[in-house]
Amino acid sequence: MGVGLEHFLILSAVLFAIGLYGVLAKKNAVVILMSIEIMLSAVNIAMVAFSRYSQSITGQVFVIFIMVVAAAEAAVGLALIIAIYRRRKTVDAEKFDLMKW
Amino acid sequence: MPAELVLAIFLLPFFSFAIISFVLRPFFNHRPLLSGYVTIAAIGISLVLSIWALIEVSGAPHHILQMPDYEWVVIGDTVIRIGVTVDALAVVMLIVVTSVSLMVQIYSLGYMKGDGGFCRYFAFMSLFTGSMLGLVLADNLLFLFLFWEGVGLCSYLLIGFWFHKPEAARAAMKAFLVTRLGDFGFLAAILLLYAKTGTFDIGELQNLALTGAIGGTVLTWAAIGVFSGAAGKSAQFPLHTWLPDAMEGPTPVSALIHAATMVAAGVYLVARMFPVFASSTTAITTVAIIGGFTAIFAASMGLVMNDIKRVLAYSTISQLGYMMLGLGTVGVGISTGYISLEHGLALGVAVGIFHLFTHAFFKSLLFLGAGSVSHATGTFDMREMGGLRKAMPWTFFTFLIASLSLAGIWPLAGFWSKEGILAASFHYVPVLFYLAIITVFMTAFYIFRVIFLTFGGEYRGTDQGSHGLHESPVVMLVPMVILAILAVVAGLLPINEFLGGESHSFFGALSHPLAWVSLVWAGGGIFLAYAIYGAKWLSAASLRQRFAPIHTLFSRKYWFDELYENLFLMRLLVNGIFAALHWFDDHIIDGAVNGIAGGTVAVGTVVRRLETGQLQAYGLAIFVGILAIVACVFIFS
Amino acid sequence: MGLDIAFWILAVVCVGAALAVVLLRNIFRAALFLVLCFFTVAGIYVALGADFLAGAQVLIYVGAIGVLIIFAIMLTRESRQGSPSGRLRLPALLIGLLFLVTMVFVVVGTDWSVVAEIPTEPTTSAIAQALFSGEEGFVLAFEIAAALILAAIIGAIVLVREK
Repeated sequence: MGVGLEHFLILSAVLFAIGLYGVLAKKNAVVILMSIEIMLSAVNIAMVAFSRYSQSITGQVFVIFIMVVAAAEAAVGLALIIAIYRRRKTVDAEKFDLMKW
Repeated sequence: MPAELVLAIFLLPFFSFAIISFVLRPFFNHRPLLSGYVTIAAIGISLVLSIWALIEVSGAPHHILQMPDYEWVVIGDTVIRIGVTVDALAVVMLIVVTSVSLMVQIYSLGYMKGDGGFCRYFAFMSLFTGSMLGLVLADNLLFLFLFWEGVGLCSYLLIGFWFHKPEAARAAMKAFLVTRLGDFGFLAAILLLYAKTGTFDIGELQNLALTGAIGGTVLTWAAIGVFSGAAGKSAQFPLHTWLPDAMEGPTPVSALIHAATMVAAGVYLVARMFPVFASSTTAITTVAIIGGFTAIFAASMGLVMNDIKRVLAYSTISQLGYMMLGLGTVGVGISTGYISLEHGLALGVAVGIFHLFTHAFFKSLLFLGAGSVSHATGTFDMREMGGLRKAMPWTFFTFLIASLSLAGIWPLAGFWSKEGILAASFHYVPVLFYLAIITVFMTAFYIFRVIFLTFGGEYRGTDQGSHGLHESPVVMLVPMVILAILAVVAGLLPINEFLGGESHSFFGALSHPLAWVSLVWAGGGIFLAYAIYGAKWLSAASLRQRFAPIHTLFSRKYWFDELYENLFLMRLLVNGIFAALHWFDDHIIDGAVNGIAGGTVAVGTVVRRLETGQLQAYGLAIFVGILAIVACVFIFS
Repeated sequence: MGLDIAFWILAVVCVGAALAVVLLRNIFRAALFLVLCFFTVAGIYVALGADFLAGAQVLIYVGAIGVLIIFAIMLTRESRQGSPSGRLRLPALLIGLLFLVTMVFVVVGTDWSVVAEIPTEPTTSAIAQALFSGEEGFVLAFEIAAALILAAIIGAIVLVREK
C-alpha cells in the first residue's frame, strides 16, 4: 500500500495530540508555546495534504496565513511571557492565577 | 340656552381655582381678598347661569334640555361619551349649590379674615363648588364618580384646613377613609353595571332598569353598592361617624359642604338613580330603613351634645336620613304597587329633593349662625354661652327662623318639605312613620335646646369675654339674612311641583290632620326644651341623673367610635389582618426574596471554586467540551 | 517508492522530535528538538510537492520562531527548573489520547474523494496567483495579515519595553 492522504492526516493527528498534551500538561509557559507551535504545524500538514490531494492551491494559501498568525502569536506570546516573568519572577503557568476568584 | 354656557356653570369655579392657585397665590399674596372676589364672581356668574337654565328647563318639554355629548375615552371599540344632563332635578341642585355657595363665600370674607390660608381656602372652595356642580350635571356614572371623588378630596382638604391642629388632621383622615369605604361599593356597582350593560350612561341605565333588562340580583347588588357610596357621602348609618368629627373644619365649610351640598350628594345620587332603586324591592327597602333609622338614631345623639356644631352635625345626619326615608318610602310604595310607576318616580324624587332644597338653606344658615356665635365668643361649647340674644340680635333672629324651619313649623320652608316625607312614609311604610314622628319631636327639642342654651339666660363664659361680645360684621350678616329669607320662602316656591310632586295651597296644608300631628309633636319638643332650658321648671341635671344610662349611651354616641376604632381598626385590622399580612410580608415574601438571594450566594461560594484562574484547566475544559460535542454528533447523527 | 520511504523516515523523526519536546525535562534540548521537528515538517512539505511552503517553513519556523523561543528561554532563565509536568498531566494525557483516537477514527472512517495524482510542479507562481489576483484571490486577507503582523510587532514591543 502506497502512502496516501490518510497517512498524512494521521501524522497530522498524532502531532496535534502530542501538542495538545504539551499545552495542557507542561508547567513552563515557554514549553506551552512550543507545544502550540507543534499543533499549528500539525494543522499545516493537514492543509497541505488536502491541497495536494484535491488539486487546489487554496490549502497552501491558508498555510501561509497560518504561518503569519503563528509568527504573530509567537512574538506576542513570548513578549507576554517575558513581561510576566519580569513582574512575578516565574513562568510557571500554574502560578498564573490572577483571574482566580 | 347654548351648551357652552351650561358647561360654564361648573367650569367657571374650576377656572377660579386655577386663577387663585397659579396667579393670585404666587403673585398677589399680599392682597388675599382678591381670591375671595374671584371666587364670588365665578360662583355668582354660575348662579345667574343656573337661574337661566332653570327658566329654560321649566319651559322645555318634559322639563329636560337636550345637550350634546362628547367623546371622552376611546379604547379600541369602546367609546365612553360624556355630557351633561339638564333636567328638573339637576337645575334644582344647581340652584341650591350655587346660591348656598355664593352666600357662604360672602360670609367667608368676614369669617376667614386675617387667616393665613385665605387664598388656599378660597381655592379649595372654588374647586369644591366646581366639582359639586359637575357632579350634579354629569350624565355618566364614570364622569360623576370623578366629581364624586373631587368633592371628597375637597372635603378632606377643608376639614383639615387647619392641619396644624392634630384633631383637624385626624378628622380629615377619618372623613376620607370612612367615605372611601362607601365609595368602594359605589365603584364596584359602577363596574358591575358596566359589565352587565356595557354603558355608563345614567339615562340608558335607568331605561334598562325600568324595562327589566338588568337582572334582579345584579340590579339589587348594583343598587346596594350605589347606596353604600351614597351612605358614605351622606353619613348614613353605619358610616355616619365621620360627619360630627368633620366639624373641625372652618364653620363656613361645614355650612357649605357638610350641611348643604356635599353630604346631600348621596341623596342626589339616589334620586338620580331612583328608577334603578325603585326596580329592586330589596334595595329600596334598605334605603328606606337606613334612612328612617339614621334619622332617629342621629337625632338621639344630637339631644345631648354640648358642642353647638356637633348638635348641628347630628341634625344634618338626621335630616339626610329624612331625605333617604322620603325617597325610600315612595320607592317601597312603587314596588308594593300602592302608587303607579310613572307617578311614583317623579313623586319620590320630588319628596326627597324638596327637603334637600329647603334643608340646604336653613341648615347652612344654622351653621353660619353658629359660626357667627363662635366669632363673638371664641368657642363652640354651649355651656360657655348664654344670653347672646341681646348682644347679637341679627344672629339670634336668623338662627331662630332657621330653627323653626328645621323643627317644621308652619309656614316655614321645613314644614312643607317635611310634610311630604311624613305623608309618604305614613302612606307606604307606616312603621317608619312612627320613627319619623318621634324624630320630629327630638328635632324640635334639640334645636331649641341650642337656642335656649346659646341665646337665652345669662352669659356663662369668662368675664373678659362678656365685654367683647359683639354682633358680627355686615359682610357676614347679609348672607345670613338672605338665607333666612330663603328659609322662610323656599317652601312656598313651586319646586315640589316643578320636580313632579303634589302641590299644596298655603292654608290647605293645615286642613290635613297629619300636619297637625307633626305640628303638635314639634310644639311638644319646643315646649319641653323651654321647660328644661328656658324656664328651668325641670332641672337638666336631675333629669340627666334619672336617665343616666340613656344619657351616657347618647353622649358616648352609642360607642360607635370605640367600636370602629378599637374593635374593627385595632383588634381586627391592625392586630389581626394587618399583623398577619405583616408576618406574611416578613416571612413569606421577604423570606422568598432573601432565600433566593442567600441560595445564590451559597451556590456561588461553592461554584466559584471552579474558577481557579488556571489557564490549563480552562483549556482542558474546552477540549472536554469539544469531545462532548463530537460525541453528540456521533450519537445523534 | 522513494517517496514512501522518505515519508516514513520523516514521519518517525517528526513524531519522535515532537515527543521529545513535550517529554524532555531539559528545556533547552526541548527547544532544539522543536527545531528538528520544524525541519522534518519542511521535509514533509517537500514530499507533498509544496516547494514554496517548505522554503517558507525553514525561514519562518526554523529561523525566526526557533531563534525567538531560544531567546525567550534565555531571557526567562528558567532552564534550571527544567520543564516539569503539572498537576493536569494525567487528564491531559487522557484527553490527548481521546482526541487522537477520535481523529484517527474520523480519518479512517471517511471516504476521501481523491483526485488522481498529477506530476508535481512548482507552486510558487500558483500561490502568488491565488494570493494577489483581484478576482478570486485573497488580496484582502493578505493585507489584513500584514496589518496583523504590524499590530503584533508593536504589541510585542510595548509589552517587553522596560518602563
